[in-house]
Amino acid sequence: MSNDSISDKLQPKFQKEHQLAYYKALEDKHTTIDLEHDPLGTRMILNMGPQHPATHGVLRVLTELNGEKIVKNKLDIGYLHRGVEKIAENKTYQEFMPYTDRMDYLSPYSNNVALCTAVEKIAGIEVPERAQYIRMVGAELARISSHLLWLGTMVMDAGAISFFIWTFRERERIYDIFDDFAGHRFTVSHSRIGGVASDLTPEALEKIRVFIAQFPDEIRDWKKLLNRNRIFIDRNKDVGTITYEEAIALGMSGANIRATGIAYDIRKVEPYLKYAEMDFEVPTRLEGDNLARYFVRMEEMSESVKIIEQCLARMQKGPIRVDNAKKSYPSKDEVYYSMEGLIHDFMMTDTGVCPPAGVECYHAVEAPKGELGYYIQSDGTGHPWRLKVKSPSFSNLQGLETILDGQMLADTVVVIGGIDPVMGEADK
Amino acid sequence: MELFTPELIKSILVMLGATLGFLLPSAAVVVYAERRVAAFIQNRVGPNRVGPFGLLQPFADVLKLIMKEDVTPTQGNRMLHTLAPLVPVVTALMTVAVIPFGDGLVVANLNVGVLYLLAVASLSVYGVTMAGWASNSKYSLLGGLRSAAQMVSYELPMGMAVASVALLASSLSVVDVVNAQAMWWFIFLNPIGAVIFIVASFAEANRTPFDLVEAEQELVGGFHTEYSSMKFGMFFLAEYMHVVIASMLISTFFFGGYHLPFAPLWLPELSPFLKGVLDIHVFLAKTVFWIFVFIWVRWTIPRFKFDQLMRLGWSRLLPLSIVNFMVIAIVLYLIG
Amino acid sequence: MFELYFPILLLLGLAVVLALALMLLSRYLGPHRPNKPKLMPYESGMDPYGQAKDRYSVSFFLVAVEFIVFDLEVVFIYPWAVTYRDLGPESFWSMMVFITILLLGLIYTLKKGTLDWDSKPQTASAAQK
Repeated sequence: MSNDSISDKLQPKFQKEHQLAYYKALEDKHTTIDLEHDPLGTRMILNMGPQHPATHGVLRVLTELNGEKIVKNKLDIGYLHRGVEKIAENKTYQEFMPYTDRMDYLSPYSNNVALCTAVEKIAGIEVPERAQYIRMVGAELARISSHLLWLGTMVMDAGAISFFIWTFRERERIYDIFDDFAGHRFTVSHSRIGGVASDLTPEALEKIRVFIAQFPDEIRDWKKLLNRNRIFIDRNKDVGTITYEEAIALGMSGANIRATGIAYDIRKVEPYLKYAEMDFEVPTRLEGDNLARYFVRMEEMSESVKIIEQCLARMQKGPIRVDNAKKSYPSKDEVYYSMEGLIHDFMMTDTGVCPPAGVECYHAVEAPKGELGYYIQSDGTGHPWRLKVKSPSFSNLQGLETILDGQMLADTVVVIGGIDPVMGEADK
Repeated sequence: MELFTPELIKSILVMLGATLGFLLPSAAVVVYAERRVAAFIQNRVGPNRVGPFGLLQPFADVLKLIMKEDVTPTQGNRMLHTLAPLVPVVTALMTVAVIPFGDGLVVANLNVGVLYLLAVASLSVYGVTMAGWASNSKYSLLGGLRSAAQMVSYELPMGMAVASVALLASSLSVVDVVNAQAMWWFIFLNPIGAVIFIVASFAEANRTPFDLVEAEQELVGGFHTEYSSMKFGMFFLAEYMHVVIASMLISTFFFGGYHLPFAPLWLPELSPFLKGVLDIHVFLAKTVFWIFVFIWVRWTIPRFKFDQLMRLGWSRLLPLSIVNFMVIAIVLYLIG
Repeated sequence: MFELYFPILLLLGLAVVLALALMLLSRYLGPHRPNKPKLMPYESGMDPYGQAKDRYSVSFFLVAVEFIVFDLEVVFIYPWAVTYRDLGPESFWSMMVFITILLLGLIYTLKKGTLDWDSKPQTASAAQK
């Protein structure tokens, strides 16, 4: 089909070139499934998203349908692009942290940790042990919280609406914990370069203890409801299957690649913080379908609970930030009661941590969605010369396009739920 | 005039009672019940602001819908777009004609009442398919087609299950069907037929797990994506009326209608008035139970996929219902 | 006969009047401020590509045809189900044979793959399987 016939069917009012080019790209796309000729012209081209209840924000899937079967599809992402990487160049490293909260807004703590560990790596900062444990607790709670949202929305996309509310009740408890321990419920910004902002309060500690004691029961209840639910299994088994070769080639990570049988978890492969000391499993499945992703994430939540338990057991009393005014904020006591402290606080806010000039580094953490990496180039000032975010949702979405070809229309929502993208992170 | 016999006046009274006094208000009550039960299942409170315990919520909803703008998409077919919402409501109201609420409390005791029920109940699918096509929205079209597919798959098992009921009752009159269950409810004699009928009723009423006609996750609103104001309200009303009707049909065909279990064994002779009051309450209690089951299922389990739904209908339920029919026919023949 | 169906006719009238009244109520009480985007069909916030009325592939077409056949056969069963006890053994066994053929026909079409429209079109590729 030529450009003319596309503009016959569509007169876009804005983004004209993009729209026409996009429909053209769908037209020209080659797919893996064998295409029969379409002599009667019965294929329908359907936009799913950006304004759609089940595309997790503003993901747009342009599909070509034969009946209810997707013949080919094209993803259009970028509707939530905010130029976060460019903003980073005009911020100090610490100032940039609240922006990371708003990238993967379902697990802000992991993003904070990812930025901090990357900056600490390039600036050569050693973080005190207690701070590392606190970060791990926060990151694992964030993982549980993110997986809870995935579970709720994925099962809701399959049609069981109440599930969403049940998982949100548990998320609510995690918000309460963060409220006590970071001062914020949602966008926590708790980690600091060189440590964390505040120590765990006794109330927060108690709440975490209660949560990890009770949460396994909730998981057990949910498994009871879903693992043997015939409709749920029918909806997910052999749906959205991807082979491990494809998954590697497309750069997928996180639970999506572990569901294809590759035990790639940065916490094990390249441990950061104190993960090397922890005793936990990396759950994997071989099938690579949506059900496999479900099982992997369910197990991951249990493993996270185990990690939090171990962190709480090993945590010793001690400082929570580096005691070096060039590398980290001084404590509030110092700021309020000593002149040097106040000056250092100003300096940290104004200039911030200055990594050596001409140095670059990449550091990745295992975020709930997958490998979340920060690549930083420094020019010796307190601002990054270039900061690049390798966001897991973006690379996982590359797999989505391959997966969706040949699926049913009703599968799209379940598969999108199973891939678990966050558009804030994918579009940056 | 000869036409207005006492018989007719009685049936008109029953008709007014059944439609204005029962079916329409019951749709409102079911809307309220659904929201409260859903809230209970989801650890929430549910509507509790409008009126005592939020009881006036459905009326507030309807009032809001009436005051909303009625949008008809220009590219659609205006005529069909306007007619479509009427169909499900009218068919829903029509079905009550042959359902006996109590001994002699029936609008019209047709000798082919069972066929009438099947015929009228399956007409409502036209409304949905018409709505889907007339909106000229792709999501609506997909929803409309799904409803056609659903009807095609579940009409037959339902028909066969009802045929097995007709076997047991030896009549196609709904009143006879109910009276045949005075002693033994058909759920005991024909359990497989009952299960098939219940499953098919869920499908006919477009309720979870068969609500893919309006699957909001993939089809946004399904067939009613392009509907607003009271036109949407009509579909909304019809959905709940169909839930009520499906519940009434389940109770009528398999759970003894207005009869208490094994009533002839223990129920003493009552005056006609008392008997009438008791009958209506027994029937309503059964209906309420099944409405609750409808709501319970909706808020608990996921929904089927289009092809799974057809496969279940054609390769499971239909052969099963045919075999069930044959077994019952043979057993009845051998017994005498 | 007419007396029997007269209430149903009345009910039909009542139902239509009731439904129309509810719908007309909103037409007169609600606001009416149409504009172009509002009257456009919904397609997830994008301008619709082509028309929904265009030719569209109905993959369950074959099943729908089958439905008509079976539906008619089910209709035959109803009058028999009511009266077979009076009709004697000949009618009974002939109906049993009829239903068996019906069942066999159903199994045949299922095995032939009427429901497999999901995976492949029912052309050469289905025969290759």
